[in-house]
Amino acid sequence: MIKKIGWLLLVILGTLPLLGLGSYPMHLLIVALLWSYIYTSWSIMGRLGLVSFGHSAFIGVGAYSVVMMWNLFGWSPWVGALVGIAVSLVIAFLIGWPCFRFKIVGNYFAMVTLALSEIVRLVIVAMREQTGGSLGMTPKAAVAEGSSYSILALQFSNKIVWFYVVMGFWLLGLFIWHKVDRSMSRLALEAIAEDEEAASSIGINISRTKMAITLLSALMTCIGGILYAQYQLYVNPQTVASLTVSLQIVFGAIAGGMFVMLGPTVGALLLLFLSESLRIVLGSQSQGVDQLIYGALLILFIIYMPKGILGTLLARFDQKPVRVHTSPTS
Amino acid sequence: MQIFDIFLLEAVINGLMLGGLLALLALGLNLIFGVIEVVWICYAELIMVSMYSIWWLFKVIGVPLPIAMTGGLVFGCVIGYALHRFIIRPVLSAEPINQLLVTGGVLFFLQAAATVVFGIEYKNIGVNLPSLNIGEISLSWSRIIGFIVSIAAIAATYLFLNRTFLGTAIRAISQDRQVMPLIGVNAEKIYLLTSAVGGAMAALAACLLVLQYDLHPAVGLTFGPILFVICVLGGLGNLIGGFIAAFILAQIISIGGYFLQGEWGYVIAFGFFIVAMFVRPQGLFKR
Repeated sequence: MIKKIGWLLLVILGTLPLLGLGSYPMHLLIVALLWSYIYTSWSIMGRLGLVSFGHSAFIGVGAYSVVMMWNLFGWSPWVGALVGIAVSLVIAFLIGWPCFRFKIVGNYFAMVTLALSEIVRLVIVAMREQTGGSLGMTPKAAVAEGSSYSILALQFSNKIVWFYVVMGFWLLGLFIWHKVDRSMSRLALEAIAEDEEAASSIGINISRTKMAITLLSALMTCIGGILYAQYQLYVNPQTVASLTVSLQIVFGAIAGGMFVMLGPTVGALLLLFLSESLRIVLGSQSQGVDQLIYGALLILFIIYMPKGILGTLLARFDQKPVRVHTSPTS
Repeated sequence: MQIFDIFLLEAVINGLMLGGLLALLALGLNLIFGVIEVVWICYAELIMVSMYSIWWLFKVIGVPLPIAMTGGLVFGCVIGYALHRFIIRPVLSAEPINQLLVTGGVLFFLQAAATVVFGIEYKNIGVNLPSLNIGEISLSWSRIIGFIVSIAAIAATYLFLNRTFLGTAIRAISQDRQVMPLIGVNAEKIYLLTSAVGGAMAALAACLLVLQYDLHPAVGLTFGPILFVICVLGGLGNLIGGFIAAFILAQIISIGGYFLQGEWGYVIAFGFFIVAMFVRPQGLFKR
């Protein structure tokens, strides 16, 4: 039943752009889907106890790679994307390896990744000759007069194209989430999250499993950054690489519920709904008010609803029996 | 070469001054973690709101600066106390990461509250202390005072922890949480006291920083990350480790910033941290 409703909603979502929506609703849909995808990418790691405070690093690397390669060397964003992904994977490996090798978890892991996010932001600001510093940079326009796209430059002026591209990635993200959820390695990782020693004693290679998940999450998040840069056609350290972005990802995913597939999506929608509705109601005075409410909500969520909105709702309405952790001896 | 050496010396001295201030901040955060085992990721935001409270008392209400600073200290105590009483206490038995996240919510909240109340314009208290000139080296008095007060506060904390009954209780509880109720120490009271002291340390740092920096709702983000790096590098909860790490990183920032440009000093410091994590994953000075 729930599955059927889900498919129906998906079909409705897919046909929305064909209804001739205005530019603003389309923009909201695209941004909502894009952040949903990024939050989902984060939660692949987060739900397994690897709470990263540094995912803005991967968004920043992805976004700046495509724009810098295009503007400085004239390399197509297709090449730039590969560079960005390669750099992201290297960074993820460099951070992940010591962390997993030496069992840096919990608070320590959160802070190491937080430092990572700051490094990327500071490097972007410090390389102001190449990156424009905190003023940000705009990729050179490549869409010719009379045309609406340039495949080579990955620029589309038509929002419908972007909608389907981003929706495709969002669905792919959900699919990967589902795959990881169903795979053996999730059981392994859940065991790790609960008791590392025990997990390793039954032959789970903790470091390798964690590393694989981290690389996957970094790769997906980096693609999110690339899409962001190519869609917005403007990047700046504050919106793609700051600690605020990292924290927003963490909190959005948790508020929505990181233990259920659509939780991060719900979190992204909530966040966007809050900021946009406040902007409409309060106008220019809204600066900060959305974050104020968001911060307060977040505190309440973690105290009273640690499973997040969707997680709590599903737990309440779920007919399935509660999953019992069986111990090997019983 | 003469000029080069002088400016390098100046960078080293400035690094030392910065180290004192960072050591004070690291001490507050480490004290909280050592006793309560909670990381206040919003610690730099407590400093930020304390700075605003001082600015408000001084510029808007118009009280003399020393009274405004005293008010700031009281404000810091209250906010530290309230943070534990209303936000940390409900999640005290939850997973550690939830405790980290809930203070992250406070970070958002305080930053946004400052934006709503005071706006995003840069503000300053408009007090410029003169510089001390020794030969060709020019040192700002606000930094010298910051260094001296920081070191004095750290020394006072050290004496408090080692020479008083309450301090001994605090150290005891950080070593063994379970045994405390058995020997009649009220853990909750110790937690609240530590939180208030932690808040006061943030406010004391705010008193010193308000003399050196402009106020901005995001000012906490400029030294928050480096603060956490210091604490992790020194070993979370390790007071002496944090003290040493503060001076090491401050020198890297200052000398790195001297040879290259401003932000690169920080980049090198963060890079050093990541390399250090490879070598000593539990911090340079494991407990």
